Amino acid sequence: MDAFPGLLPYWLVIVLMMLGFYIVIAHTNLTKKIIGLNVFQVSVFLLYITMGRVTGGTAPILDEGITVYSNPLPHVLILTAIVVGVATTALGLALVVRIRDAYGTIEDDEIDDLEEQA
Amino acid sequence: MIAQHLPVLQIVLPLMAAPICVLIRHPKVVWIWATLVSWLCLPISILLLVQVVESGAIVYELGGWAAPWGIEYRIDMLNAFVLVIVAAVGAVVMPYARRTVAAEIPVSRVYLFYTMLLLCETGLLGITITGDAFNLFVFMEVSSLSSYVLISFGKDRRALTAAYRYLIMGTIGATFYILGVGLMYNATGSLNIHDLSQLIPKLAGSRTVEAALAFLTVGLGLKLALFPLHMWLPNAYTYAPSAVTVFLAATATKVAVYALIRVAYTIFGSVDILNFVPVRDMLMVMALLAMFIGSLVAIYQLNIKRMLAYSSVAQIGYMVLGLSFDTVTGVAAGIIHLFNHAMMKGGLFMVMGAVALQVGSVRLSGMAGLGRKMPLTMAAFVAGGLSLIGVPLTVGFVSKWYLIQAALEKGAWPMAVLIVLSSLLAVIYVWRVVEVIYFRPPNEKTEDATEAPLELLIPIWVLIGASVYFGIDATTTLDVAIAAAKALLGAGS
Repeated sequence: MDAFPGLLPYWLVIVLMMLGFYIVIAHTNLTKKIIGLNVFQVSVFLLYITMGRVTGGTAPILDEGITVYSNPLPHVLILTAIVVGVATTALGLALVVRIRDAYGTIEDDEIDDLEEQA
Repeated sequence: MIAQHLPVLQIVLPLMAAPICVLIRHPKVVWIWATLVSWLCLPISILLLVQVVESGAIVYELGGWAAPWGIEYRIDMLNAFVLVIVAAVGAVVMPYARRTVAAEIPVSRVYLFYTMLLLCETGLLGITITGDAFNLFVFMEVSSLSSYVLISFGKDRRALTAAYRYLIMGTIGATFYILGVGLMYNATGSLNIHDLSQLIPKLAGSRTVEAALAFLTVGLGLKLALFPLHMWLPNAYTYAPSAVTVFLAATATKVAVYALIRVAYTIFGSVDILNFVPVRDMLMVMALLAMFIGSLVAIYQLNIKRMLAYSSVAQIGYMVLGLSFDTVTGVAAGIIHLFNHAMMKGGLFMVMGAVALQVGSVRLSGMAGLGRKMPLTMAAFVAGGLSLIGVPLTVGFVSKWYLIQAALEKGAWPMAVLIVLSSLLAVIYVWRVVEVIYFRPPNEKTEDATEAPLELLIPIWVLIGASVYFGIDATTTLDVAIAAAKALLGAGS
């Protein structure tokens, strides 16, 4: 197993993933849950990009005189995933706006109380 | 020439039709457009199934780029079967949708509803047809995002929180899935499902591949509402508009089960890994818990849509139980139950939509004495209920029979007993409703109810009729399911 500094990106992935997941579970504010979801997704992006890095490689854009490029495929995959993440965040926030209109609050526990009374 | 490009037409047709719905603002015209498109998707899927049955798997390279660098659509028996299920349900829901949507969704938003419904159908068809793991994620998110929007169209404000909760859980599931795909890519360098099935066996011992399997299973488990990851399902099905509940209940979880089959049997099929990482045992335990707990909780529900939703959780348990047996009979039982449950639940939720339209309520009290007021609709409910229980001459019986046969083949007769016991639980919750429908006098809610309009009755009886027809003559569907199971297990271990 490599020394800790060499595996730093992977440690960061784990830390970010768990932080994001914890935020989703622990916070009751609906917007904060979405922020947690974003942090969670970012950790996955970090994992993919770390995989794509080739030692001594440059950015995967064709140019004369350069022979070693980083793997472009993970970059493409992450662009797709980022777009999906943006769409999900937009949709989530739109839902939060409508929930605010319908319930008057965006705290999960208060919404549960209101729903139980209904 | 069209025949050559049928695979991509299956996706392109609803995908391109959806934005056109946004341009058509008039509710009736947009409904006609959406119905036509969904009716066109059905023959395409049937043609693909016929082609696969006659000449084996179809491989279609998008844009002519060869796999594994290009994305390919690979259609074999299992694929083609699920495609027909999704396309058929889409085609039946569209005519049903007009009346119920007009009653539940504001006129100014109807065109957006049909846009989302077509996009959802595109996503589900895409998940089924693709042969590329990452492409599957993209289509999975297309279908999921449109389902969140569709659910939020419900009249009750709880539809919004249901959609939000589904969004959070669904996105976590999709992110786990993409983590699994990333780890597999890390280990093998390929995203193509067929390619992965060749490359993964050599790496079976590595931690990366084991972690990938774990993430994929949990991610897809969230999507298919496997107990205990099912928390989003009851609220989502209960508060969504009727047509949406029918569509999602009959397709969304089935396609996720299909994705799980692909991962477990195609990618990881010929690998010993599933023997020392006890994924199959875990799935079996979860499935058994789902069967019992789903049915038990269903018994106590007063909202019939919610009862049927918990019943779905139990039925998904049956499907996954079939998958977790590593035999042809077991996997075939799981696959045939995909089809059967789609017919049964689709029909039952359609009945509830008709009740909601005529009576205005989906609670148990709102069904009192409807046996006399809405005889045809309630007869459909009874037939669907009998199918849920697994009475002979209905499709439910065929699935349960195969499941019990698979359990007995493995020598696990306690499991066969458990399967029968959970079917008995279904008797309780179905009888509860039947008793109220036929043996109670109408109350003030149901006094003025009349029979559902023909527009709703015909789709209801198409689905329920199919569930009875394929229960009496199950040879076609069984042949396809068994052939699909053999292909999956033969290619693997």
